[in-house]
Amino acid sequence: MTYTDYATGAPVTDTKAPFGPVHERWDKRRFEAKLVNPANRRKHTVIVVGTGLAGGSAGATLAEQGYHVVQFCYQDSPRRAHSIAAQGGINAAKNYRNDGDSVHRLFYDTVKGGDFRARESNVHRLAQISVEIIDQCVAQGVPFAREYGGLLDTRSFGGVQVSRTFYARGQTGQQLLLGAYQALSRQIAAGNVEMHPRTEMLDLIVVDGRARGIVARDLITGKIDTYFADAVVLASGGYGNVFYLSTNAMNSNATAIWRAHRRGAYFANPCFTQIHPTCIPRTGDHQSKLTLMSESLRNDGRIWVPKAKGDTRPPHRIPEDERDYYLERIYPSFGNLVPRDIASRAAKNVCDEGRGVGPGGQGVYLDFADAIKRMGRKAVEAKYGNLFDMYQRITDEDPYEVPMRIYPAVHYTMGGLWVDYDLQTTIPGLFAIGEANFSDHGANRLGASALMQGLADGYFVLPATINDYLARNPHQDPVTEQHPVVQEVLAETEDRINLLLAVDGDRTPDSFHRELGELMWEFCGMARSDAGLRKALERIPQIREEFWRRIKVPGTGEEFNQSLEKANRVVDYLELAELMCLDALHRTESCGGHFREESQTPDGEAARKDEEFSYAAAWEFTSTGEAPVLHKEDLVFEYVHPTQRSYA
Amino acid sequence: MKLTLRVWRQKNAGAEGAMSTYEVDDISPDMSFLEMLDVLNEQLILSGEEPVAFDHDCREGICGACSLVINGDAHGPERTTTCQLHMRSFKDGDTIDIEPWRASAFPVIKDLVVDRSAFDRIIQAGGYITAPTGAAPEAHATPVPKADADFAFEHAECIGCGACVAACPNGAAMLFTSAKVNHLNVLPQGAPERESRVLDMVAQMDAEGFGGCTLTGECATACPKGIPLMSITSMNKEWLRATRKAGKR
Amino acid sequence: MARTVWDSSVGKKTVMAVSGVIMLLYLVAHVIGNLKIFFGPDEFNHYGHWLRTVGEPFMHYEWTLWLIRVVLVVAVVAHATSAYQLSRRDLKARPTKYVHSKPRASYATRTMRWGGVILGLFIVWHVLDLTTGTVHSGGFQEGHPYQNVVDTFSTWYGNVIYIVAMLALGLHIRHGFWSAAQTLGVGSRARDRALKTVANVLALLLTAGFIAVPVGVMTGVVS
Repeated sequence: MTYTDYATGAPVTDTKAPFGPVHERWDKRRFEAKLVNPANRRKHTVIVVGTGLAGGSAGATLAEQGYHVVQFCYQDSPRRAHSIAAQGGINAAKNYRNDGDSVHRLFYDTVKGGDFRARESNVHRLAQISVEIIDQCVAQGVPFAREYGGLLDTRSFGGVQVSRTFYARGQTGQQLLLGAYQALSRQIAAGNVEMHPRTEMLDLIVVDGRARGIVARDLITGKIDTYFADAVVLASGGYGNVFYLSTNAMNSNATAIWRAHRRGAYFANPCFTQIHPTCIPRTGDHQSKLTLMSESLRNDGRIWVPKAKGDTRPPHRIPEDERDYYLERIYPSFGNLVPRDIASRAAKNVCDEGRGVGPGGQGVYLDFADAIKRMGRKAVEAKYGNLFDMYQRITDEDPYEVPMRIYPAVHYTMGGLWVDYDLQTTIPGLFAIGEANFSDHGANRLGASALMQGLADGYFVLPATINDYLARNPHQDPVTEQHPVVQEVLAETEDRINLLLAVDGDRTPDSFHRELGELMWEFCGMARSDAGLRKALERIPQIREEFWRRIKVPGTGEEFNQSLEKANRVVDYLELAELMCLDALHRTESCGGHFREESQTPDGEAARKDEEFSYAAAWEFTSTGEAPVLHKEDLVFEYVHPTQRSYA
Repeated sequence: MKLTLRVWRQKNAGAEGAMSTYEVDDISPDMSFLEMLDVLNEQLILSGEEPVAFDHDCREGICGACSLVINGDAHGPERTTTCQLHMRSFKDGDTIDIEPWRASAFPVIKDLVVDRSAFDRIIQAGGYITAPTGAAPEAHATPVPKADADFAFEHAECIGCGACVAACPNGAAMLFTSAKVNHLNVLPQGAPERESRVLDMVAQMDAEGFGGCTLTGECATACPKGIPLMSITSMNKEWLRATRKAGKR
Repeated sequence: MARTVWDSSVGKKTVMAVSGVIMLLYLVAHVIGNLKIFFGPDEFNHYGHWLRTVGEPFMHYEWTLWLIRVVLVVAVVAHATSAYQLSRRDLKARPTKYVHSKPRASYATRTMRWGGVILGLFIVWHVLDLTTGTVHSGGFQEGHPYQNVVDTFSTWYGNVIYIVAMLALGLHIRHGFWSAAQTLGVGSRARDRALKTVANVLALLLTAGFIAVPVGVMTGVVS
């Protein structure tokens, strides 16, 4: 049986979301959820993997509630989780601008922006909580941008027509993360959180069908240890690094979620990846990562390419009437602020037509000349100064004088572990929050919504819903290292590490990662086709086989060994990539970030097939290289009725 | 470009270290400094040697992981993080010395990787505002004058990389500590813990074995985020104020 | 509170700043007094005598002077002890030097420690020379400071020691004054230029004022 001959299993249903009016569901769920007596909470241990916006806020909040939290991150400090790199802002339906915003509009925009592939209950809850997040962050001292009157400033982001994005210059993620990190630090000092930095989760321990702990490696000593708990929360982020080149941090990885998937957690919509339209184009083969330029730049920058193919004149020599401001032309009402998937694909299209700019024709201009004329250089500097500096540092070009060159790059993964309304995976006691789960963004995430979701999950949703699980399972049998299941998981982990070290081949972990990434970008990137995906699915097992034959990892397992860390992560990418391609192959519609060349409207827009694909695809693992089982969760739209998205 | 690299190699915390010399070729001026080290490491792995260990993650200048002293300068010749330093800042044929942060509070773990957990403990001592989740008032309940918000932001930009400590001849952590003290102490939300915050954080900074400040200004020169030297002055003022207030109680 | 201050590195810096400012104020008075030497032995010796009678009849003979001396000794001891302890802490905090090292900071900043040591030794010599007369070169005469000063600066080593020490003093004040302002939290971005200017002017005036005396003796203006 080949990998593509997958079986379709029983549908998966979200049993936790209450019925009733959408705006009452969260209240209802919170009321129905069982509580744990405050005095009993310290008897419960919760493992949290990751310290980004979701993990950091969850760890701090659970500890504040009285739980004993054991938390992990691979970085040397919880403050360095990659949420820190988010630039633009965080959405909240505060309606401080009195511009017609409301919880319902944020809900509507998010469901529509996600191309009708997200759950209404979840998205509505997210919109409701958004306002509390801003309150919480301000109370923590997050220095949001303010106006002269001392009140909070907001700006617009892609895919919406209201100004609801709160920001802290171009470093919103940093400031929000530091807020969560500081709250977490307070709990570490109080002894409520046991923090393990430079420790990477390598496997999940499932005993009697419940998540009971993890296997983790101390990255300094190489020691592999087991940690036990009453519940495990994965907040380990997305899997964009499958593509090798992405805006993710170099060490962001999929190991925690992939290992959980292998242990029984369903993986939903793996092919839903977001290609961000405004990244700095790559300069050569040495490129190790791509750098994002915040979407907020599209507020004032105008995107264009020359009208003529192969026009190599420098930008200032191209007269106004020979420029094609293609987003403003095709989408007059949203203009440069169309959602990310649309902006990215449009950039790809003009480059494919041979009108791209810069080396290799892989770029479009993002021009601030008009903004500088209109607002003055000073105002532009105040708004975007740090982004312009960053651009100049990387490209050695001055964006105040020469238009920026941008090109799409892998940025975010909407797919992830399948979770119910309580954010619980299909393994009881295993929760997934933030980018690690699949829940709220459907097939495309709107700008400034990742920060919102990460913090909503961590500060408010999980701390409410995990109570229910713990209250219903108050006295779980203690698990020790001697338990046969634990011994087995431990042995598997050690075997894998030993094998990686033993092969002693002739190729580096990076070379495999790069090869896989190029393959994925070509066939499972911005545009996907049946033929391309089949090619990728044929190639991936070959790379995997070659990997285990030719990988070279110097050093030993009992020391700080960055090659070993890397190789171990590539092992999981090589399996996850296959599932992503299969998911992309099976979904023969186009929706959001998933664009199937076979499914487009006559004018080249994505064509959804709601009758066939209005579901989340949750995949169940069988065995490496063996076809997984597909479980569908049907999506019901009672409030926002699916229409072809129109931003024209 | 062809370069000669002299890199600090140290097997682990307990081992003796020394500089080792390597050659790299075909370096593009568009590469970042870390991409140049990637080239070296690929070369080393294939020749059966252990690659050079160094901390890095986001590679866009914000996570604060990268931490190399390049030709005697923390983060190298430009005012930026190591990951945002590009090879166009060097010339073909250059010899480049690469060393780890040096401070007794930042012990070397391996090669160019050091342990900066002392910074985390300084934050844990008081670098936060006590605002348990759910307890927050409406965000607009307390307006913050723009000047104060901007002052807070300027200090909140600190990425905790430790370049200030590495550059300081005394291995002092004053700039790091003052950045957080000033960020939180200027905000109305931070006012209730204003005194205990600065006293506790300075006490923890001392306990970690960082040196004292002699106002050489090296920290602010090395800081990739441009935290100003005056930050230390402001913290001193906060500390004196807190000490006086504590004395009166 | 005293304990908190002394136990903290920031507190010890405060002690240094406050004691430094006290010594600085003293030096300003000192240099003004010194310059009286250019108006002849009578005025200078009379000034020397007056110093002992300041505050009379409320204060007894020499009481004020002794009070000042006690304050100064306390300031010097506090300054030196803090400096010593802080330096030990600093050296311990950076035990390993960079292989690739380069000169950093301004000369004045880098010479604070050794400059301080030079000044400490100078003060000992200075007191033994012109206050107690223990190591004085000519026949030390109590109550005749004019002649004593001329004697000291009639020797080559007297001039060398004094001038070197005063140059060290200038450098020390240049960084020390500005530094004390930062430690005491009175510096600010708006005030920084003014503080630096005051530091430079103070350093220059004090050094020039003090050095004027040996130069005067050497050139025969004072004899």
